[in-house]
Amino acid sequence: MAVTDSARTVTYGDDVRRTSLLFRVNALFLRHEWIRGYTLLSPTLLVMIMLMCLPVFMLVTYSFWTQNYLDIDRTFTLANYEAFFQKPIYVALIMKSIRMSLFCTFTTLILAYPMAYFIAFKVKSNKLVWLILITVPFWTSYLLRVFAWKVILGYNGVVNSGLISIGVIDEPLQFLLYNPTAVVLTLAHAWAAFAILPIYVSLEKIDRSYLEAATDLGDTPSERFWRVTWPLSLPGVIAAGLLVFIPTVADYVTPRLVGGTTGIMIGNIIQSQFGKANNWPLGAALSVIVMLMIAFLVIVFIVTTTRGRARSA
Amino acid sequence: MTDTTAQGNLTAQKAAQDKRGEEAPQYFASKHEGYHWTAEAPMFLYAVWYLAFLYIPVLFLPLFSFNDSIYVAFPLKGFSLEWYDDMVSTQQLLEALANSLKVGAAVAFISTILGLFAAKAMTRYVMPGKGAVTAFIMLPLVVPGIILGISLLVITNMVGMPLSLYTIGLAHTLISVPFATLVLMSRLEGFDKNLEEASLDLGEGPFRTFFRVTLPLAWPGILASLLLTFTISFDEFILAFFLAGNEATLPVYIWSQLRFPSRLPMVLALGATILIFSFFIVTVAEVLRRRGVGPQSGSAI
Repeated sequence: MAVTDSARTVTYGDDVRRTSLLFRVNALFLRHEWIRGYTLLSPTLLVMIMLMCLPVFMLVTYSFWTQNYLDIDRTFTLANYEAFFQKPIYVALIMKSIRMSLFCTFTTLILAYPMAYFIAFKVKSNKLVWLILITVPFWTSYLLRVFAWKVILGYNGVVNSGLISIGVIDEPLQFLLYNPTAVVLTLAHAWAAFAILPIYVSLEKIDRSYLEAATDLGDTPSERFWRVTWPLSLPGVIAAGLLVFIPTVADYVTPRLVGGTTGIMIGNIIQSQFGKANNWPLGAALSVIVMLMIAFLVIVFIVTTTRGRARSA
Repeated sequence: MTDTTAQGNLTAQKAAQDKRGEEAPQYFASKHEGYHWTAEAPMFLYAVWYLAFLYIPVLFLPLFSFNDSIYVAFPLKGFSLEWYDDMVSTQQLLEALANSLKVGAAVAFISTILGLFAAKAMTRYVMPGKGAVTAFIMLPLVVPGIILGISLLVITNMVGMPLSLYTIGLAHTLISVPFATLVLMSRLEGFDKNLEEASLDLGEGPFRTFFRVTLPLAWPGILASLLLTFTISFDEFILAFFLAGNEATLPVYIWSQLRFPSRLPMVLALGATILIFSFFIVTVAEVLRRRGVGPQSGSAI
């Protein structure tokens, strides 16, 4: 039998020990590499399940309950979801958040691609320095990066006071802060580093001999870019797009600080349900809907882009 | 972002490419693209512009933190350290700082250990479903912070756990583990597995091999992971905002001060200090992490 076979490698003496539980477990470990792997992985997985799966599951459960003044009524109901669809403002806000976030993602990607391209193909020496330069802002405080924009765009802020002091304008410009454009600009800046790195990695991985081959076979640089480089970098572009799009849809810090009343997003409404409005079940339902919307869009996005790639290939 | 698997091959490929690149530039340059300065200039200028876009907005914080005026506006009024004085004499702020340091240190320690378990398992064992498990561990990177925050708020409320620095720490551990795992995976991929096997062949047990071979070789990665996860926790606001009890961390404290215009210069001084502090730590971590493994490992983050 297999168990006894592998047992030869372990020096367990008598038959009694051989059938003991400890021995069997040990034999199982020695025989299956994947069991050892998963055992090593188990503490991390357990923590992740406890801190992510369980809480999200509870959030979903919560969305089927109702707020009864200070208590929670735990009878199953769809009331929160009905409330969502009855109030057109929620639907409109989600759509607006998605539009703003898409716009922000698009801007970020367009700005980031040439930079990633530059580092991957043009930088010959000091690549490390360039990489570190674009990675460092990524790790620093999100709140402070957003706050910097409030300082810059504010009514008495850097731009306005700067322009006044050099005499370009007489009165502060009103349209800088507290609107959707300010939100998109701030988000594009705050998430810039997220977009460069995946694109850079996919460009760096491209086998340079493909590019040589394209050149040898008579492609001009632009043809070569669109037929070789761009399709091969698409996975990085998709990853970057998702990394920017998903978190920005539900952001509440940026709209709160620089968005004003017109730049408000669905994240602000969710946050207020857990704060001032104090209707946790409704907030839970809203966030479940946002999660479903994001998941749906991501799936559509991935399916269409991979199909498009299959066709072009 | 999980390109760490074929790293060994990649480095070999890269070396080959570099070599070829050195042999062929004449041909390339004469015919098409050209490695001439004139052709490179627009891209280089764009890159510089992009770095300016990335850095300049943030640099206004330190600039105005030294300005001798309560208004954050041009023209600058003169040099002053008043706001830094304010900063170090605000009791609440110092308490928040102590809290942030405590939470950050604990989070760095725990998430690096968890990341080490995961990275070791991912890089050294053949396991079915590895792709799915990796995706699962990386999930907190893409789930919006607000969702993680309210989920944890709901569950701590249900199990009757009071909001405190512990709840913030748990939340920060959740978002730090993926980063720690990524950093450590690229480090473990980066050195020769044969060294570990040699140690096992020469009669060391798995534990001694880990402590005498793996750990010393992975040390720069571990240090980088500790520093980066500490910074993540130290700077994190979205989760801390939902999960803070009576004791605030620094970002939560900053948020609470944003309501008062008169506190703005002091917040600027604090923000500038935090930024410079984080820049320093992160740069050290990045240098540690990327040195010796080549610029392309460490990949997406």
